[in-house]
Amino acid sequence: MSVRLIFKDEVLTAVLSGEIDHHSAREIRDEIDSTASKVHPKKLILDFSNVQFMDSSGIGLIMGRYKLMQIWEGSVEIQNLPPNISRIISLAGLEHLCTVRKESRNETDE
Amino acid sequence: MKPMNEINMSFPSCSANEGFARAAVSAFVAQLDPTIDEICDIKTAVSEAVTNCIVHAYRNTIGVVYINCRIFENGKVIVKIRDKGCGIANIKQAMQPMFTTSEDERAGLGFAVMESFMDKLHVSSKAGKGTSVTMQKMISKRTGRQEKNGQG
Repeated sequence: MSVRLIFKDEVLTAVLSGEIDHHSAREIRDEIDSTASKVHPKKLILDFSNVQFMDSSGIGLIMGRYKLMQIWEGSVEIQNLPPNISRIISLAGLEHLCTVRKESRNETDE
Repeated sequence: MKPMNEINMSFPSCSANEGFARAAVSAFVAQLDPTIDEICDIKTAVSEAVTNCIVHAYRNTIGVVYINCRIFENGKVIVKIRDKGCGIANIKQAMQPMFTTSEDERAGLGFAVMESFMDKLHVSSKAGKGTSVTMQKMISKRTGRQEKNGQG
């Protein structure tokens, strides 16, 4: 599991890769939070294009980042969601908390 | 009905074993030639049950997680995941979506995911003795599946 963080124009993008479960969620959370609490982005984008697996620990991870972003009135966006992961996202009703895109921002803007 | 194949495994409740457990079960179930979606459902359900053992049953301690998986000729898969941990006093409450006793960042959706991704879910537990989760899923018959050991 790894996280690549890109901060540009007040948007923090976290490109996640590998498998998200209870074991890996803590590390991802710590990496995102340490940067996010410093830069206070207006928007946090979680990019799932390289995520092969996610269980409900990932739901907890997204909900936790949503709460964190709420502190400075920022928002959370989920992009490049693979079909097998979108099912658990909708089971949890996360589309009510975050913008969910099956593609990335650049592709949808065209 | 007699299973066509069966595995038993046990491992300590370290979180590093979550990935191992779901990979092992999915590799075994692969004998039934499931679709990617079916495998993903089983992997997710196993991951939830094993995580429950680690986070709840054996909270702040390391115990043994037991997995039994049986596959049947008709495509049925039965996975039983068992622990000898703290047990669940109120199963009905524990199975409510969003219910969690963990102060850590947990969504409380483990049982909801198991219920939704598998066909059947049965939970039995005794406080102080442990919990046993039995899940069942039917792997759909696909055209040509019966001939999978033959040509192509």
